[in-house]
Amino acid sequence: MNVSPPSPSDVVEVRDLVVRYGAATALDSVSLRVAPGEMVALVGPNGAGKSTLVNTLTGILTPASGSVEVRARIAQVPEGRQMFGDLTVDDNLRLGAWQMSGRGRSRRKQRDTSWVYELLPDLVRVRDRKAGGLSGGQQQMVAVGRALMSRPEVLVIDELSLGLAPLIVADLAEHLTELNREQGTAVVLIEQNARLALDLCSRAYVLEAGRIAAEGDSANLAASPDIARAYLGEAQGLPGPPDAQDDPGPDDTGPHDRATADPAPTPGTAKTARGNQGTTVQSARAAAQEAT
Amino acid sequence: MSDFLVYLMTGLGTGCGIALVGSGLVLIHRVTRVVNFAQGTFAVVGALTAISLLDAGLPHGLAELLGVAVAAVVGLLFGMVAIGRRGTSPQAALMVTLGLGILAYAVEVMLWGDQGRSSEGLSGAVTVFGARIQTHYLLIIGVTAAVFAAMAVLFGRTYAGKALSACSSNPYAARVVGISVTRMGLIAFAIGGALGGLAGVLLAPMNSMAFDSDVALIINGFAAAVVGSMHHIGRTLAGALFLGVAEAMVAGYGSATYQTVVALGLVLALMIGQAARTHSVVAEAG
Repeated sequence: MNVSPPSPSDVVEVRDLVVRYGAATALDSVSLRVAPGEMVALVGPNGAGKSTLVNTLTGILTPASGSVEVRARIAQVPEGRQMFGDLTVDDNLRLGAWQMSGRGRSRRKQRDTSWVYELLPDLVRVRDRKAGGLSGGQQQMVAVGRALMSRPEVLVIDELSLGLAPLIVADLAEHLTELNREQGTAVVLIEQNARLALDLCSRAYVLEAGRIAAEGDSANLAASPDIARAYLGEAQGLPGPPDAQDDPGPDDTGPHDRATADPAPTPGTAKTARGNQGTTVQSARAAAQEAT
Repeated sequence: MSDFLVYLMTGLGTGCGIALVGSGLVLIHRVTRVVNFAQGTFAVVGALTAISLLDAGLPHGLAELLGVAVAAVVGLLFGMVAIGRRGTSPQAALMVTLGLGILAYAVEVMLWGDQGRSSEGLSGAVTVFGARIQTHYLLIIGVTAAVFAAMAVLFGRTYAGKALSACSSNPYAARVVGISVTRMGLIAFAIGGALGGLAGVLLAPMNSMAFDSDVALIINGFAAAVVGSMHHIGRTLAGALFLGVAEAMVAGYGSATYQTVVALGLVLALMIGQAARTHSVVAEAG
């Protein structure tokens, strides 16, 4: 399904990545690529290995085998926002520039947060408040802003929508699109909410039980009946097809199944996929328009 | 009145020493979540090193400074053993610091013997409202005030101080933004060592220092740190001053035998009070 080959200009290139926690294999032969300025989605149910992949990309975890090449500055918005709760919003943002290595005036400029407030103006009025006391949406904005402070060329966002109201998610999605369009920042969006991810990103990977089960253009993946049934909630409330019930599960998905948009939908998958919750950018925007 | 003033100033001086030990405990706990039971050892090492250097002919000031520097290095070494290995839990590190403190006894006895030693402090005295106050107590109070002001600036104003706080606030997020939590922990242990060493060199003229003097220091320092909930430097200072003054009053108007009992009683009462408060919050939530 329209799988473009790796290119030397890719900002991220992962080949045959294997990550283990003790005896358990969290990622098994995962390969993916991100081109400069591209928005790529990584979708999959709970426990598929999405966060493990993020932590490996940003160097927090070490692979057992395979290669991870990150050829640009990368920053992460971790799952669950992960605020420095005792510190103010402004301090949280400034610490995002910790790895920048300037001196004197250049260092002051690197730690200058004013451009982040221009991009995320909702944070201006809470800049001196402790981050631990903010709402979930505000904290997610702080997490995005903190990651932006390192001036990344690749922004990896782990669960943008987790625990947030649709209107807030729509607002954040708008900011991300703007950032991608105006500053050319590549975005890797890791989401359980597949509809949101496929709406926002041009290309997507489907991760199941530590393996890439499908990849391709978001539009094509969204059009695939299996993806739609497993992740986009189109079978909501309906029992899965008989062949799906008999499917041996994602562990048996061989490498030849990649790029076929055929992610062996297990009975539990449709229940865990957050796409079923109907949290979509469009519906939220429509709701926002109605409200005004 | 003059007796009261003497006891008060003596208590404040002792309280400042306790505050330096307690603030080292709090600083290390803030950054690493480890309760460092070897904090008293840093004071002993700092004091005995300074006394040895004074005996060797080094001038006052330089000897004390080197004593503090050696204590900082010992703090760093203890930190490397306690938290240097990635993935060591704070509970395991606590036990390591306890073990290191006991190991330090053997080294200290080998180097300095088992007899208490003392140094000459700042000589002279001033008379305030008829009470004769030793100048050394004023020195301790002045140095402690400067150190606490510097710590307030470090944590409240500086970028490095914010990064140290970030490690305690959310170690995972600190790693995400590229802060080395282990390196920050080692810096905290080194500063903690320096604070302990400073307490030692300042208290050495008032109390003789031996290898086992760390017990009284850690009991008092821990009591002050508990007042500060192992997190707040300012409240730790207040707790330490209260302890120092209370002990001086007990010793002055009663008997010095009960000094430590006062410290232990206060810790016990605070811990029971805090546990009761936590329990009632949990009960309300339930």
